[in-house]
Amino acid sequence: MAEFINSMIGQEGATFGYVVAALVHCVLLLHVVAVGALIFIWLERKVSGRIQDRLGPTRVGGKFGWLQTLADGIKLLAKEDVTPDGADQMLFKLAPYISFAASFAAFLALPFADGWVANNINSAVFFVLAVLGLEVFGVILAGYASGSKWSLFGAMREAAQVVSYEIPLGLCVVVPVFLAGTMNLVTIGNMQAGWFSNWFLLHDPFTFCVFWIFFTCATASVNRAPFDLAEAESELVAGFHTEYSGLRWSFFFMAEYGSMFLVSGLGVILFFGGWNGPVPIMHIIGWADSGGLTGYLANLAGCVNFMLKATVGVTVMMWIRWTLPRLRIDQVITTCLKYCVPLASACFIGAVGWEVLDIWSPNHLHLGAAPAHTVNEKWATAPRGLPDAIEPLMPESEQHSKDGLLPESEQPAPEQAETAGVSQPARTSLLSASSQQEESP
Amino acid sequence: MINLLAANWGDFYFILFAGIACIFAVAVLLTSNVVRMAFYLIISLGATAGLFFLAGAEFVGAMQLMIYVGGTLVLLIFGVMLTAQSRFISMKTHPRDWLLAVIVGGSLLMLLLTAAFRVPDWHNEKHAQDAASQLEMADSKTATPLGLALTGVRVDKIDQGDEQLKEGMSGYLLPFVIVSIHLLVVLIGAAYMARAKRAVRVSQDEETEEEEANPEQDE
Repeated sequence: MAEFINSMIGQEGATFGYVVAALVHCVLLLHVVAVGALIFIWLERKVSGRIQDRLGPTRVGGKFGWLQTLADGIKLLAKEDVTPDGADQMLFKLAPYISFAASFAAFLALPFADGWVANNINSAVFFVLAVLGLEVFGVILAGYASGSKWSLFGAMREAAQVVSYEIPLGLCVVVPVFLAGTMNLVTIGNMQAGWFSNWFLLHDPFTFCVFWIFFTCATASVNRAPFDLAEAESELVAGFHTEYSGLRWSFFFMAEYGSMFLVSGLGVILFFGGWNGPVPIMHIIGWADSGGLTGYLANLAGCVNFMLKATVGVTVMMWIRWTLPRLRIDQVITTCLKYCVPLASACFIGAVGWEVLDIWSPNHLHLGAAPAHTVNEKWATAPRGLPDAIEPLMPESEQHSKDGLLPESEQPAPEQAETAGVSQPARTSLLSASSQQEESP
Repeated sequence: MINLLAANWGDFYFILFAGIACIFAVAVLLTSNVVRMAFYLIISLGATAGLFFLAGAEFVGAMQLMIYVGGTLVLLIFGVMLTAQSRFISMKTHPRDWLLAVIVGGSLLMLLLTAAFRVPDWHNEKHAQDAASQLEMADSKTATPLGLALTGVRVDKIDQGDEQLKEGMSGYLLPFVIVSIHLLVVLIGAAYMARAKRAVRVSQDEETEEEEANPEQDE
């Protein structure tokens, strides 16, 4: 995008283009978080209403109460911004922004379609997990700085919970990363292109199990019921945000719904093929990877597809919230350490064994009409690429990449044979790479 | 607008992140509230992660966030849990501690500064430009060489001409495995130490009770 803007103003490599591109990305992502929160809060009210045999909001905005959240937002704007006397003023005021900023920053690495990502980081999975872990920091500061024991209790519970659940979450995420051979989310999504049989969810029984563990841990790490001990209205008034009011309070909620969408999106990319639908319509009609307007439309359809899947994930989280009772703190930690960690470890070993022994999996099916396991690194390498100047610097590694010693991300974008079945499964070369490395010592 | 176009934003962001890191590192020293200290420390470490991202080392930057910032978070939690006597904890530092800290920190700073100013790129303009042109290689691709180096292939040293030197370039597989085993041992040890002692006594009691209840069965 920066190159495009620079070509418009006729200056190659000017920083102006990069600044404009950065602003465009930030504004777009801010809308994903803010407008997403508007819609999800409305959805939460409707879902909870229906589950409790009520109607939920019905009046604001004509039908279905679809403007309810906006009305709430205006109400929150008009509310007084209270800071308690006994609070640590500076930290109290900063805490909501920290939570929101952490939730927002993780979106920088989340792709919405093939190449539609603000920053195509090579280790995006890792980045998202690292930044997501920062959100709890705002919660702890809020709880501590409020100077209220309810808040402090809530914050300490949240801290214990998030620190514990990071371990099984990481273990679950490692499985698709291992199958894909890369931590680049764009590549992971593209590797599952084609029919639903290519999704990593259906790779083998272990990855199928791992997804549910991932979903449990993700729900816990974004502090949603039944893991919402930090709020626990029945015990702690409102937990860490007891003392907050007005817009600062709503920032916590934007952060919460933002990270719900984020972990759902992460799960969708890792297990449900990301922007690649159950049926590869865009591949069947030949628009995918075609470039130009049709390629753009195919990407747009992929983006809508991704959003829909992630929204389904968020809806399931709501469904769980209004169905299950809140767990006790000891039950939360037991679930993590006694069930999630051992199960995730076992599934990890199982998935590795399945892949290394090359047992049949639905991912090996070639249902036609779409390339199976071809890694589309065109976008990832084309703008930056490996410049000609550095090729003499690493000639050996180029050779090794041809031998399959390097993952696909190191290779210059191959001209891909789009015919199904003919294309060499990228997986096998990765597999040989890993097995060679295991044998090499 | 012309100034905006011509400005060197790379330098700007470097100075911004470096400045934030330094200012908040000093702020850690000057405050006496434990939680504020942790907060400033996290900002300082986060700005350092920003420097890594700016240099294109995204994996190292994410690592910095995950390990140091996450570690400080745990430190903060324990700081609050173990030392919370009053509502807001403040620490009084003894002058003797200041002296010790200045000696240790100052000597480390001297060491780092002398090492940093020995880098030839800092003295030679052309040298620096050459180095900058080579840096593009690392751009957003650092994770793969790092991972391969840990599993035994140094892609960056693979064209090492000297055969004798080449043997030493076989990656970091052995240190990696040693560290992994070490961590595993530490984890098991921690789990063993943190295990509820009560559970052991109860089981012993049960055994003795069983023995008392039916002593003949044992024989």
